[in-house]
Order: sequence, then C-alpha cells, then structure tokens
Amino acid sequence: MGRSTNHTKLAIASFPTSTDESVLGVFFLSFSKPESTEQREKKMLFFSYFKELVGKEVTVELKNDLAIRGTLLSVDQYLNIKLENTRVVDQDKYPHMLSVRNCFIRGSVVRYVLLPPDAVDIDILHDATRREARGN
Amino acid sequence: MATEEEIAVKEPLDLIRLSLDERIYVKLRSDRELRGKLHAYDQHLNMILGDVEEVVTSVEIDDETYEEIVRTTRRTIPYLFVRGDGVILVSPPLRTV
Repeated sequence: MGRSTNHTKLAIASFPTSTDESVLGVFFLSFSKPESTEQREKKMLFFSYFKELVGKEVTVELKNDLAIRGTLLSVDQYLNIKLENTRVVDQDKYPHMLSVRNCFIRGSVVRYVLLPPDAVDIDILHDATRREARGN
Repeated sequence: MATEEEIAVKEPLDLIRLSLDERIYVKLRSDRELRGKLHAYDQHLNMILGDVEEVVTSVEIDDETYEEIVRTTRRTIPYLFVRGDGVILVSPPLRTV
C-alpha cells in the first residue's frame, strides 16, 4: 500500500515462565506516531513560498475587488498577510483606506496575490509541487 | 519504483499534477476564468500561474430595451497566486478562438 498510516501494530507472543505458565505478552511493534514533521511540511508549500517573498512588493486582490499594493511583511500558516507601506490600487474608487499604511489581511478574503516576476523560481516551484503531490 | 509512483494517477489531484508546467484553464467563482501556465498547486487548489489572462464576465440589462448585454473584461498578469477556495474547476485549455 502506498499510503503511509500511523497504524499501531500488535504482536502477540507466548513464552514459558518459571512457574510453567505461558504468559501471553502483547508487544507493540510500532507506536502511533504523532504527525511527523515531514507530513506537516507537506501541507505548507505556499506558506514556505510566501515566507521567501517577505520584503517584496506584491498586490493583494481581495474577494470584494479591493486591490492593495504593499511590501510583504509577514505571512502565517493560514496565509494571513501583513503588508506595510500600503496603497490602494484604485484610490478614487476605494477611498476607504487612504490613510492606511500598514494592514493585516485575513487569508480567507484573498482572491489573488499578484507576484513580482523576479520572485518566481519556476523550477523550484515545480519540484516542490511534485514532491508535495507525490506524498499524498 | 519511484517513477511508477510519479506516473500513477490515483486521485483527481493527480490529474492536475499531469498539467504542471502546461497551460490550463481555471474557472473561478464570480464568473471569472483564468488561462495560464500552472507552476504550483496544493491540495486546497491554491495555485501559482504564469502568463495569465483573466476574463471577467458581467451581464448588464439595458434600462430601455431590457436586453442582456454580456460584457467580458480581460487583463493579463505575469505571475499570479490564486487562492483555492475560489476555484471551481481546472482543465486543459479549451480550443476556442
């Protein structure tokens, strides 16, 4: 089977004791492991990718059509984004954030992140994706 | 052995793996479509696409004639991260136009 699972394997062995009674011993051959770091890393392709992008200028387009350009300050496992030095792309259409220069964006409201061309290493992305896809 | 596992197509996500580094068509929510080269994806269908054309379709109704006007707005983006929760379907590009 290709899938790796955290089965607990049992083996039952019997062995004689000094009192002539055979004792059934139950041995655990392999324990249920907590999620290994390898398995946890498999779910974090884009988290790792965005961590590499910190410091670059990106444009985040939200699901409500608002587009914010700024420097990527930080990102987390949910792909929540912190931007600094922000400017709204179409300021006349969306005057809500004229004076906002730093913001935290919840990951779930992001539709797109427009990336700078120099921040994309295609080969590394392909390799990382193949590794992540094969592991499932 | 390793190459056999790489080629084996077991689940739908494996079909997408076959399209890595190929041009694909993505249908999104809010009547949006993307055509671009697939560079990365994950199990949520978050994706990174290159050389993307986005088509937004909107229907306007003329006040007087009440006819429906279907408008499409296009733009091209060099590199785009797409969040998976907006993705409806992924396919090889349809041969239109």
